[in-house]
Amino acid sequence: MTSIETPAGGVRPPFWRDVRVIRIFLQILAVVVVFGTIWILGNNLRHELMKQGLPTNFDFLQRPFGVNISDSSFDRGSRVSAALAAGIKNTFLLAIVGVPMVTILGTLIGVARLSTNWLVAKAAGVYVETIRNIPPLLIIIFVFNAVVLQLPKPNDPATPFNSFVISNLKLVGPSLATSAGAGALWLIILVGVVGAVVVAIWRTRFSERTGEPHHRLLFGLGVVAVFAVIGYFATGSPVSISRATVDGRVITGGFGGLGSYFAILIALVVYTSSHIGEIVRGSILAVPRGQTEAANALALSGFQRLRFVVLPQAFRIALPPIINQYLNFVKNTSLAIAIGYAEITVITFQAIGNGQPAPQLILLLMAAYLLFSLTISIVVNILNRRLQLVGR
Amino acid sequence: MTTTVPRQAAATGPARALAWARKNLFSTWYNSLLTVVFGAFIVWAAIRLVGFLFDIDTTIIRVNLRLFVAGRFPNDQLARLWIGGYITCAGIGLFARAIVRNAEFKAIDAGMAFDRAGWRAVTRRFWPLLMLFAVILGFTRTILPTLLTLLAIVVGIAAFLLGGMLPRGVARRSWLIPIVGTIAFYLAVAGFGGVGWNDWGGFFLNIVLTIAGITLAFPLGLMLALGRRSTLPVVRYMSVTYIEFLRGVPMITLLLMGAFALGFLIPGDRQFSLFLRLLIAITLFQSAYIAEVVRGGLQSVPKGQVEAAQSLGLAPWKTMRLIVLPQALRNVIPAMVGQFISLFKDTTLVFIVGLLDLLRAAQISTAQSEFQAQGLQAVTLPFAALFFWVGCYVMSRESRRLERKLGVGER
Repeated sequence: MTSIETPAGGVRPPFWRDVRVIRIFLQILAVVVVFGTIWILGNNLRHELMKQGLPTNFDFLQRPFGVNISDSSFDRGSRVSAALAAGIKNTFLLAIVGVPMVTILGTLIGVARLSTNWLVAKAAGVYVETIRNIPPLLIIIFVFNAVVLQLPKPNDPATPFNSFVISNLKLVGPSLATSAGAGALWLIILVGVVGAVVVAIWRTRFSERTGEPHHRLLFGLGVVAVFAVIGYFATGSPVSISRATVDGRVITGGFGGLGSYFAILIALVVYTSSHIGEIVRGSILAVPRGQTEAANALALSGFQRLRFVVLPQAFRIALPPIINQYLNFVKNTSLAIAIGYAEITVITFQAIGNGQPAPQLILLLMAAYLLFSLTISIVVNILNRRLQLVGR
Repeated sequence: MTTTVPRQAAATGPARALAWARKNLFSTWYNSLLTVVFGAFIVWAAIRLVGFLFDIDTTIIRVNLRLFVAGRFPNDQLARLWIGGYITCAGIGLFARAIVRNAEFKAIDAGMAFDRAGWRAVTRRFWPLLMLFAVILGFTRTILPTLLTLLAIVVGIAAFLLGGMLPRGVARRSWLIPIVGTIAFYLAVAGFGGVGWNDWGGFFLNIVLTIAGITLAFPLGLMLALGRRSTLPVVRYMSVTYIEFLRGVPMITLLLMGAFALGFLIPGDRQFSLFLRLLIAITLFQSAYIAEVVRGGLQSVPKGQVEAAQSLGLAPWKTMRLIVLPQALRNVIPAMVGQFISLFKDTTLVFIVGLLDLLRAAQISTAQSEFQAQGLQAVTLPFAALFFWVGCYVMSRESRRLERKLGVGER
C-alpha cells in the first residue's frame, strides 16, 4: 500500500514514522492485547472454578456420567468420555442418514420449481417460501409434538403388516437377520461387486469402441444380483427378514430408532431441503441457455437434457453452497437439545446438569463440531478444485 | 419492481383458459399424470387444513396472547410497551419519509426524475404484515388493543407526513432518527421505574435480541473483515482464526457458553444477567458471519477505486473510509438483511437456555392446567410460526427488491 522506500537523500524518517517499524509495532500490540485478554480470562476461569470446587483440568472425563442414555447399551456407571463418544455417534447417525435425504429431496424440489407444469412449480414454490422462513427449531418441536408424539402409546403400538412396530417412543421396521454362514455370503457378494466393477469397465470400453450404449449400471447390478442369489442358496439361506414384533412393551427383531430421532431427522430434512432446493434452482438457471438449446438441437429428451447436460453443469455451480448446507445440517442437529435426542449437545447439557465443569465441556463440544466442519471444508476444497479443473 | 404486464392481453373466456391448461398442466402424458396426482394431493391437503382450522379451539391463543407477544411483562406496566410501540411507529414513519426525502433531494440536485412508491405498491409488498396484525387483533378479547393499534397506525402516518416537511439538513442526517428513537424507546419501557430487559419476553424479546445482536455485532464484524484483509499477517491470522472458529460451531454452543460458562470468566460475585450474557454470546457469534458478509462487500469494490484514491494522495485510512467502505457497505445491504433474517430465526434458540421467547411461550402455554395434554402444540406452534414467517418473508422479499434496485452483481 504505502511506499517503504527511503527518501531520495537517503535520510531515513524517524522511527515513529517509519512504516516498517509501525507495522511491527502494530502487530506486537495486537498480539499483546489479544493474548493478554485471553490470559486474564483464563486466569479468572481457573480461580472461579477452584473457588466453586470444580476441576480445572480434563480429569473429570474419567468420572462416571451418572445418567442412562435411552436406546443404547450405555449405562449410568460409564465414564463421561464414553457418554460423549455415544453422543458423537448419534450425531453421525443423523448426519449419515440425513445428508443423502436432503440432497435427493432438495434436488427434486429445485427441479420441480422449474417444471413446465404450473401446478408442480407453484406447489414447490409455496413449499420453499413457507419452510425456509420458519425457524428450524420450531419445525423440530412441531414435528416432535404434533406428529411423533401423536403416534400410538408404547404400551399399545400400531403394527402394520405385522412387521412394523410404531409407537411414539420408538419406530421399528423389518430388517435383515443373519445366522451362521452369513460371513461367507457377504464374501461372495463382495466378489460379485468386484466382478461388477470389472464388467462395468469392460462395458465402458466396449461403448467407447463401438458407440453402442454401455448400460454399465444395468450390467453391474446384474452381476451382483447373480452372485447374491447363487451365494444365498449355496450358503444355505443364512439371511432372513426379521419382522419387528411386540410383546407388551418389549420389541423384538427389526431395526429402528427413537421417535425423537425421526422427529429431528424429518424436521431437518424438510428445512434443509427447502434451502437446497433454492440452490439447485439458482444453479440450473445459471447454466447458460445455449446449453439447453444445444441439447434440444441434438434431440435429447427432456430427461436426457437434464441428466447429461444441465444437471452436471449445475452441480458444479451448486457444490460449494450445498456443502455449506450439509454443514448447516450437521450444526442444526444440535437443536435436538429441544426434544432430548441424545446427540453430543444433549449429552454435554446433561453432563453440565450433573455438576461436571461447564467451560471444559463446552470447549470439547465446540472442538468436536469444529473438527467436523474443518474436515468437511478441506475435503470440499480439494473436491472443488478437481471439479473446476475437469471439463473446463 | 418490474411492472407485470399480462402475458396474454386478450386472455378471456373458457377457450383461453382451456388453452392455458393444456399448455401448462397437460402438455404431455406425464405432465397430466403429475397434475392429477399433485392436484388430488393438494385438494386433499386443503380439505384437511380447512377442516383443521374450523375444528381447532383457539381459546389457548386468546388467553395467552399477551404471553406470546410480550412474555411476562407486568400487567400494570403494559402502557409503557404501548408507548414504546408508538415511538417505534413514529420513528419508522419519520425515518422512511426522511430517507425518501433525502433521495428526492439528491435526485433533484442531480437533475433526475424521481418516482415514489404508491400506496398500492406498498400494500402489495407488505400484505403479510397487515395479515399478521389482523390475525393478532382477531384474537384479542377486548376492543382496546384494536383501538390502540389503529392509533399506532395514525401515529405512524402522521410521522410519515411530518417527515415530508423535514428540512434538507435533517433529512440528510436521517440516521439520527433510529438512534434517538431507540433511546426514547428504552426510556419509555425501562426508564423511570419501568421494566428492565431481564423481564422482557415473547415475540418482543425475539425482535429485541435480533436488532440488538446485529447492531452490536456490526462494528465487531467490520473490524474483523478489515482485519482479515489487512496487510499485517498477525492481524490477518488472528481474524481468520476467530471467524473460522465461530463459523464452524453451532450457535447453541455459544448460547450454552453464555448461559453456563461466561460467569466463570468474570471475577467476583457481580454477574451479568442471563439476557446480557446471551446477548454477548449472540454478538460474538454473529460478528463472525457479518465479517464474512462485509468481506464480500469489500471484495466487490474494484481495485481501481483504491488505486485512484492512492493516486490522489489519500492516506490508507482515508481511502478506506471515504472510497472503499461507502461502496462496500452499500453492496452488502441485501446480504446483511439475509443475516438479519437468519439471526431472527435463530433467536428462538434462547428458549433452550431459559429465556421466555415466543417459542417458549408457545410451549409453556400448553402446559397450563386447563390446556394440558390436549395436543395443543398443533395450535400454538403454527401460530408462533406465523410471526416468524411474516417477518422473514417480508424482509427477504424487500432485500431481493433492494438487490435489484442497487444492481448488486451487475457491474
